[in-house]
Amino acid sequence: MANLQTNFAGIKSPNPFWLASAPPTNSGYQIMKAFDAGWGGAVWKTLGVPVVNVSSRYGSLNYRDTRMMGFSNIELITDRPLKDNLREIEEVKKRFPNHAVIASLMVETREEWHQIMKDVTNAGADGVELNFGCPHGMCERGMGSAVGQEPKVLKTIVSWVKEVATIPVIVKLTPNISDITRPAVAAVEGGGDAISLINTIQSIVGVDIDNFVPYPVVDGKSTNGGYCGPAVKPIAMNMLKNCAQHPQVNIPISGIGGVENWRDAVEFILLGATSVQVCTAVMHYGFGIIREMIVGLEQYMDEKGFRTLDDFRGKALGNIMHWEDLNLKYKIVADINEDKCIGCQLCYTACEDGAHQAIGLSDDPINRKPHIIEENCVGCNLCSLVCPVEECITMERRDNGKENLTWKDRTLAGTIPKTFNDELAGGLHHWVPEPGDALKKKKPLHYQSPSQIVK
Amino acid sequence: MSEFKQPYSEKEFEENFSQIKPLMSETEAYYESSRCLFCYDAPCVNACPTGIDIPLFIRQINSKNDLGAAKTIYNSNFFGYACGKVCPTEVLCEGACVYNNSDVKAIEIGRLQTFATGKAIASNKKFYSPAKSNGKKVAVIGAGPAGIGCACELRLNGFDVDIFEAKEKPSGLTVYGVAPYKITNEEALDEMTYLEKQFGYKIHYNKKISNKEGISSLEKNYDAIFIGIGLGKTSDLKIKGEELENVFGAVEFVEQLRMNHHKISVPKRVVVLGGGNTAMDAASESARMGAEVILAYRRSKEEMGAYDFEFDLAKSVGVKGMFNVSPLEIIGENGKVIGVKLKSTIDGSELVEDCNWVIKATGQSKQKEFLSLIDGISLDEKGKIMVDKDFQTTNKKYFAAGDAVSGGKEVVNAVADGKKAAHGISELLLKK
Repeated sequence: MANLQTNFAGIKSPNPFWLASAPPTNSGYQIMKAFDAGWGGAVWKTLGVPVVNVSSRYGSLNYRDTRMMGFSNIELITDRPLKDNLREIEEVKKRFPNHAVIASLMVETREEWHQIMKDVTNAGADGVELNFGCPHGMCERGMGSAVGQEPKVLKTIVSWVKEVATIPVIVKLTPNISDITRPAVAAVEGGGDAISLINTIQSIVGVDIDNFVPYPVVDGKSTNGGYCGPAVKPIAMNMLKNCAQHPQVNIPISGIGGVENWRDAVEFILLGATSVQVCTAVMHYGFGIIREMIVGLEQYMDEKGFRTLDDFRGKALGNIMHWEDLNLKYKIVADINEDKCIGCQLCYTACEDGAHQAIGLSDDPINRKPHIIEENCVGCNLCSLVCPVEECITMERRDNGKENLTWKDRTLAGTIPKTFNDELAGGLHHWVPEPGDALKKKKPLHYQSPSQIVK
Repeated sequence: MSEFKQPYSEKEFEENFSQIKPLMSETEAYYESSRCLFCYDAPCVNACPTGIDIPLFIRQINSKNDLGAAKTIYNSNFFGYACGKVCPTEVLCEGACVYNNSDVKAIEIGRLQTFATGKAIASNKKFYSPAKSNGKKVAVIGAGPAGIGCACELRLNGFDVDIFEAKEKPSGLTVYGVAPYKITNEEALDEMTYLEKQFGYKIHYNKKISNKEGISSLEKNYDAIFIGIGLGKTSDLKIKGEELENVFGAVEFVEQLRMNHHKISVPKRVVVLGGGNTAMDAASESARMGAEVILAYRRSKEEMGAYDFEFDLAKSVGVKGMFNVSPLEIIGENGKVIGVKLKSTIDGSELVEDCNWVIKATGQSKQKEFLSLIDGISLDEKGKIMVDKDFQTTNKKYFAAGDAVSGGKEVVNAVADGKKAAHGISELLLKK
């Protein structure tokens, strides 16, 4: 039976699912409710000198009928007095001693850092998370991402905190930087016990095109927000991978960014995360999503024979190479399962207009099922991605599986193209239609203007 | 054991005849439009007689451009709203949806279409204005789908158009002949008003052309004449008892019902004779008026001309089918119907089905009498007007489309063909 027990840099929790520092962790009420629902830990809404917030605060990126696939906020850190938060931390820890309560912190001076560390430690927090990520509002005041973007400053502040820390110190990183490993290494050098990433990405989530103002709208004006939700998951995972693969980043990582179900969590763990933090999904669906996450993770581990999270942590990292190390001899081509094909021809138009003209249509107008022109197929996957039917288009292997030749090998062997018209160009003998053929191609009737249509 | 009670008020009538394709809410339209795959060379477009660019208008709805969607629809079909409600979408656009090839429900194209066009009508959005007059005048006989479709297109080409309508309302069968649960009178007429305002043709109501003089006057005053007169009365069965009180033709019954709603009183038991879509409508409507309804058809269930979904709809309101029986005689007492004598077409046995009404849905006659007033118009052996590909009749001044040519098809076919006839008229009158 899978054991989800998590030990994150000494912070213990019954499972790796933590609430990220955000509106869902604004109060002891919410956190108790979350723990009661099954969450393993919670990073308290960032404490510091209380702020004053605006309304509205959130904007959403919807994709068709999917709401909040991306989410942006301009809310700041806690607007509640520190003593109220400390009292509630104490109360939560008393009621849930085995759950992880981590205090997110953001202050300015060394004295303030020392004071607040003492306060939250006394209140019973299991660890702290230094908020060097917030990309809106607080950064204008020299905090949040303003720190995260300056590795030297970050390192200094981490070391101030470590001067007095008696509980683990997590450093939360901002993705609004070109190389995430620089602040990650700085966190290690400053003595941080762990890092967490990513914080939100600077964003304009949408524009009200009638009133010419971006969302969220505050009395006719707006400001950039911090972007999160499912849309940022790929960016978060890449940054997670970069940190996890970096030899100097040898401290635990808490993964954040678009996690909303057990699969997301497994992916983050496979890329090296020790715990995952969730916010947007809870803001969308409530604490109840934890039921699916725990059961799904347990089932996955049981099926794979993993007893603990350590058994598969980072297991995908070894398979992430540089491009130059990929096998150029590997060859796959698309295959359309005629029995499953429903004849939408999305694969045809995607390949025709967006790829390599490797899918053809039947001359018989009754037969809407497209076919692969294998000699043109470069194995790019696009058709299988646009196909609306599960498992209808699959990619079939065509090489013999015995050869391995990488760009690096070819560079060493001197067989890479070097000049603009090199004979070794990868696409040299790949068929492409004549440009003028585009205009001769028969168009569907309704692609013309309606007045031209006489049926 | 009828599922419905005779309605005694407009409210009760509306409940019995609730719309089978009700208007979508904003939310429903948004979610439904999200499902469209945007197929290449989409089969739904190819299945539409008017060739509406369906994936385009659905995408427009999904990007919150409802009026743009309405324009896409109207560009191809001037009866965009009506067709969204009354088209047999199950066998046209929705029947062609590729989702039918998987286990996913087809996109509700008809309802999305009325959603978008309904917004244009409600906001009185003007998409079209007539072209500058080209000096030519066209008379249109019949303000049904073919006639209005033709008139709209003619106005876009600068023709002056006068429409002569025998009845007091426009849209033909859309308001007089379609089942009330498919479209309400208000909906049908609102779209007509919307079109009339934009295109500016003149409709002369209660103007039945019924003699040589009428025809001569049209020929004298107009450069071309379009005939969109549809079909005539229900054909006679030529059996005993047909003259009895309470024997009705289906189209006549539906028209009365459309015009008078709950004021029509339908008796306890009704026998509907026929197996086409009109028979299904008449049977369903009688059942919704509170009657027990027997649908008697002379051949097997499988041989019925009606679409399967129309029979399913009739069955769903309690209509009982009786197959392989043909009517021998309508039995009366004191001049009123008391039953129908039916004969099995399989073994010749006879039986009497008790009833208080008989509705004949056994086809409509052609308007031969009217057509005989016009010189040189040829009809085929079934009485349908013969036309060429431009919908020009054998009398070069006359064009024709709709049921008088097709013998009885859908609203959408009539609109499409009326529009094509307008192109034919332009070709004739403007080609120099």
